[in-house]
Amino acid sequence: MKQFAAFIQKEFFHIFRDVRTMMILLVMPVVQIILFGFAITTEVNNVRIAIFDPSKDAATRQLTERLEASRYFTIVRILDSPDTIDEIFRRGEAQLVVVFGDRFQEKLQHTGEASVQLLADATDPNQSTTLTGYASSIIGSYQQELTERQGIPYRILLETRMLYNPQIKSAYSFVPGVMGLIVMLICAMMTSIAIVREKETGTMEVLLASPMPPIYLILAKAVPYLVISIFNMGTILLLSVFVLHVPIAGSFFGLAVISILFILVALALGLMISSAVETQVAAMLVSGAGLMTPVMMLSGMIFPIESMPPLLQWFSALIPARWYIAAVRKIMIQGLDLRAVWLELSVLTAMAAALVTISLKMFKIRLNN
Amino acid sequence: MPAVQLRNISKSYGNLRALDSISFDVRRGEIFGLIGPDGAGKTTLFRILTTLLLADNGEAAVDGLDVVKDYRAIRNRIGYMPGKFSLYPDLTVEENLKFFATVFHTTVEANYDLVREIYQQIEPFRKRRAGKLSGGMKQKLALSCALIHKPSILFLDEPTTGVDPVSRKEFWGILRHLKEQGITILVSTPYMDEATRCDRIALIREGKLLQIDTPRRMTEQFTESLWGVRSNRMYPLLTDLRAYPEVKTCFTFGEFHHITVKADFAEEKLERYLQERGHREIMLRTLVPTIEDYYMQIAQTDTL
Repeated sequence: MKQFAAFIQKEFFHIFRDVRTMMILLVMPVVQIILFGFAITTEVNNVRIAIFDPSKDAATRQLTERLEASRYFTIVRILDSPDTIDEIFRRGEAQLVVVFGDRFQEKLQHTGEASVQLLADATDPNQSTTLTGYASSIIGSYQQELTERQGIPYRILLETRMLYNPQIKSAYSFVPGVMGLIVMLICAMMTSIAIVREKETGTMEVLLASPMPPIYLILAKAVPYLVISIFNMGTILLLSVFVLHVPIAGSFFGLAVISILFILVALALGLMISSAVETQVAAMLVSGAGLMTPVMMLSGMIFPIESMPPLLQWFSALIPARWYIAAVRKIMIQGLDLRAVWLELSVLTAMAAALVTISLKMFKIRLNN
Repeated sequence: MPAVQLRNISKSYGNLRALDSISFDVRRGEIFGLIGPDGAGKTTLFRILTTLLLADNGEAAVDGLDVVKDYRAIRNRIGYMPGKFSLYPDLTVEENLKFFATVFHTTVEANYDLVREIYQQIEPFRKRRAGKLSGGMKQKLALSCALIHKPSILFLDEPTTGVDPVSRKEFWGILRHLKEQGITILVSTPYMDEATRCDRIALIREGKLLQIDTPRRMTEQFTESLWGVRSNRMYPLLTDLRAYPEVKTCFTFGEFHHITVKADFAEEKLERYLQERGHREIMLRTLVPTIEDYYMQIAQTDTL
């Protein structure tokens, strides 16, 4: 046990004495979560909008004024014809176009119904949902006021259209994605590099020829990164709750369980890589190309899995991060508990069991060649 | 029971035969030298004995324990210093020693006596990172780390490569001292001049064992008449000497070319021949053969 403790202490010395490692381990998670966090910030201010108003009556004027008065929107253009809408979006002049129906007030007074269309540029789905949400609530409150004032149930029919990305599904909550990415990076990449470094410097030779059981060697390498990953998870959650205002809606316990499971998977992957390669550069390439890229591209972190071709969807099922991110979304964003993620939980458990077994089997008690 | 026993050990990497049926014993308490140039198979042999590699054929035992079956037990009682500096450059001298002591289930204090002589020389730098030490100091630290658990057999793979001559001499003094304390030492070196400091040596080349004996007996077996020759143009001298009919062999040995000659060799005749060929400042003298001469000789006959 003393051996084991000394080994872990040594491992922490390696980490704390290398500025680069420290930066990757402690600064990167913070930077990533903040970058991604603000890239998807749900707060909108002074968003440029355009108005197409064929009616030009009192009611549409009042609505236009209200939109302008809100701090969310700034009207940059009043359009003469609907033909220019597409062009405006393409040039990025406006992110939202409000199109009133013709004879708006007249219809509202006589039939009690009038229509407004909200067109949003949904290339950024999060932003566009937020925008249409704000706009509809402004229009909704106007409708309510009108109803109360005149005692007649007016209805303004809202039609929302998301342009360029009609599906808008899986509005990517980046926090789960970043958590998955960071764990992969720290556990798999850093662990594999740390082990391979000992092969490269030749210290592995000395350690193998010592009475230290090889299993200790592996575990001692993994423990510090396990600790740091848990620490990083904490940082990410704190940042997401207090800086990004993404609350942990579901069970914290569930989140912890699934996270530790995923950390185990990542550690096992790191150990496997370290057994397979001989140089730090190779370890970095394999974990970078082999682990990071799939996590970013195929886990649903950036691109929704539902909109992938079937082959890639099938392939993404092999990526642990996909299951982890899905589970974290359910627990953290949708507020569900562990029972709701039984599928993700069992897939990750199976993966962890298989990978830990394989990686221990792969570890060599002698030198490679 | 010998400290180390090898029986027909062979090992190949692909088509390259690194070790070819090597058999020898290392006696308890001796300094046994493995002498041979780079690529002779020394490191492979060390790795097999330290349980880090599996031989393709043959059997080996360290301290009476089989290197395959009893690898765990062997790892408890050997000290191993690989050819490459293998400590943690980002840990201090003190931390390295402490770490290896703990890995070997002991403490620095418990075995301090054994390493004191060596460690005292680097102790003033104990707070320095190991990566910042000089070659000689690194080597002393590595030896301290390999010794800290009082191994019964010490494996040193080219410990003096890349170390300055003064430190090298000092190092061999330390090894003598360790031997006096009953530790068996198996050491490899590409430097032939270090061979005489061993009790017994094995000459190896291209994975084959050429000879095993004490250094003295080996040089005694060198029966040829040996001369050293130099002139102002050393390279042409080599070809000229090799072309001379009474010269049997000729090898470069630093300052002098070493030649062995036939019975009818006459000093003055060779000198005249060399002068005719344009050599000046010619020096010719008889030499006492060294291990290297012997090595070159048997390596030569071996290929023929």
